[in-house]
Amino acid sequence: MAVETSDAPLAPEADSADVIVSVEGLKKHFPIMRGVFRRQVGAVRAVDGITFDIRRGETLGLVGESGSGKSTTGRVILQLETATEGVVLFDGTDLTQTTGNKLRSLRPRMQMIFQDPHASLNPRMTVASIIGEPLSEHNKARGESRKKRIEELLSLVGLEPKHANRYPHEFSGGQRQRIGIARAIALNPDFIVADEPIAALDVSIQAQVVNLLEDLQDVLGLTYLFISHDLSMVRHIADRVAVMYLGKIMELGTVDRLYNDPKHPYTKALLSAVPVPDPVVEAARQRVILEGDIPSPANPPPGCPFNTRCPIAQERCVTEVPEWRELEPGRWVACHFAEQSDELIPIS
Amino acid sequence: MTQTQVKTVLDVKDLKTQFDTQDGMVHAVNGVSFNLRRGEFLGIVGESGSGKSVTMMSLLRLIPMPPGEIVSGEARFGDQDLLSIDLEDLRAVRGGKIGFIFQDPMTSLNPVLTVGYQIMESLRLHTDLSEKERRPRAKQLLDLVGIPDADARLRNYPHELSGGMRQRVMIAMALACDPEILIADEPTTALDVTIQAQIIQIVRDLREKLGTAVIWITHDLGVVAGLADRVLVMYGGQIVEEAPVVDLYSNPQHPYTEGLLGSLPRLDQKGQELVNIKGTPPNLYELPTFCPFSPRCPYVMDKCREENPPLMDIGQGRKTACWWDMENDRPRYGS
Repeated sequence: MAVETSDAPLAPEADSADVIVSVEGLKKHFPIMRGVFRRQVGAVRAVDGITFDIRRGETLGLVGESGSGKSTTGRVILQLETATEGVVLFDGTDLTQTTGNKLRSLRPRMQMIFQDPHASLNPRMTVASIIGEPLSEHNKARGESRKKRIEELLSLVGLEPKHANRYPHEFSGGQRQRIGIARAIALNPDFIVADEPIAALDVSIQAQVVNLLEDLQDVLGLTYLFISHDLSMVRHIADRVAVMYLGKIMELGTVDRLYNDPKHPYTKALLSAVPVPDPVVEAARQRVILEGDIPSPANPPPGCPFNTRCPIAQERCVTEVPEWRELEPGRWVACHFAEQSDELIPIS
Repeated sequence: MTQTQVKTVLDVKDLKTQFDTQDGMVHAVNGVSFNLRRGEFLGIVGESGSGKSVTMMSLLRLIPMPPGEIVSGEARFGDQDLLSIDLEDLRAVRGGKIGFIFQDPMTSLNPVLTVGYQIMESLRLHTDLSEKERRPRAKQLLDLVGIPDADARLRNYPHELSGGMRQRVMIAMALACDPEILIADEPTTALDVTIQAQIIQIVRDLREKLGTAVIWITHDLGVVAGLADRVLVMYGGQIVEEAPVVDLYSNPQHPYTEGLLGSLPRLDQKGQELVNIKGTPPNLYELPTFCPFSPRCPYVMDKCREENPPLMDIGQGRKTACWWDMENDRPRYGS
């Protein structure tokens, strides 16, 4: 994959950076119920023990294929789902142990942008009431100042004041996503989870929305968790990336080092599978084609979750869960053979 | 491929398709002309609403009529015009000499019939294989698309297979009768990227083995880059650019293609600025009397709003529908 080589200096230690969200040993299992008495017969291990930090002001990309647990991770961090196990520290407060008014008072500081701008906006509400709802809900503004704030938000996301009294169906997909973004930033949040914010948009509109997110980050000092399956867009927007597979993080590192020099066999395969819009590059590329399908999160394989498809899996990968370890400063990986993966899978 | 050997297998001229809806007439395809050469891999790229799928569906008259209507056009396939032959004859072509793969294999496979039955049904209708010969042929087809344990899979129902496996079954069915043309409409869009890579690999291998001409419809410029010989770019129901694959990506000659390539982030590059194509996709209710891209075009001139540019030959196997000559930075009409 290494079309360019990175000479970037080593990333600073995670501890030394200013951390806004810290996730430790987070699990979310959805019970599977069967029979007349609805007995629990198993669990979908959507998120199965993940640990990482999000630093203030950065964009952390969370990538993975469908069913990898990336969306559930975002929802559990924001307490839209309760965690089965583990800790989510938001500015030092453990959100999993916080409830009621205390949690409600923290909500304005963390917001979400959803994938589908058709489903996440109430069709019976005007744009002004959609964007204004969080303002009223948290008593931030009313009357004239509320109206002014709504106009300000509309112009921040590239819409016009005249749009305030229209309904969502009068807008295109890209414009609707702008409305969703205006709602998310209405309360001046510190942290935004963007769950596949561009997946439902046309290619020519995706760049508009991503450029808007980047501009807003500069102006408002936002921190993003950018959840996406689009590895090319994550490379563009993120500072660091975490790669998920079957509820676990396989590898985490700065964008440049992870894309130029992946260490986990899954990351290597995933990156080599993404087509590049350049016929000359495409013709010269070597690929790791993975065999088989992603196992079901209700019945994950023992040991390393990737062992059923991994081209270099050994006996040990089936018997022993790889430790989540810091391979080099700022670079985390869950693979027994990360040190040897470059020799064993030569694609660069 | 040398010039003398080039043989056209499909020649489409001035295809126009409309849909009569409650909100008015939708001009989905406006005068599309292109050809497909023997053994060629033709990519058709466009965003939603660009008319790429309707074009292909119209060729085999698979659009619902009404509300759809093929207003004009001709589609030469051998000595037949697909748009005017009897439905009886057309049925022999569909699934026989022209194979189809759709985006969502779950909706194109029958859920209550086994995979084996569905493949053999196609063999029964389109070949003269005897009943005994059909099962080995079906098994052979599953082997061809890399489905392990083919004997057991023939007895499976579609829901027992994963998305990637179902798409392989669809490819096997499309290839069942040795088609001359394979039309694939967004065949990997619903699949995860590692599964997409598997399917693309299979299609690459099959092309070398079988030499079938392929039309691959997609919104993903990345997928086409590694597969196609030639690419058509569609916008607003029209072909706006046609070029050999390498030329299209290195030197686009239509402002829309240029914008589209600039708006794509690349896996192998960091720090590039993403170009905004301002505005929104075109309104297909309007009559196509002006260039559909003109409201969003950075090079727009008065002429673009007055007259819809035809697809013009600009040499080296390239065509563009634009009044602005991007190569020489001047208008393409007048002196």
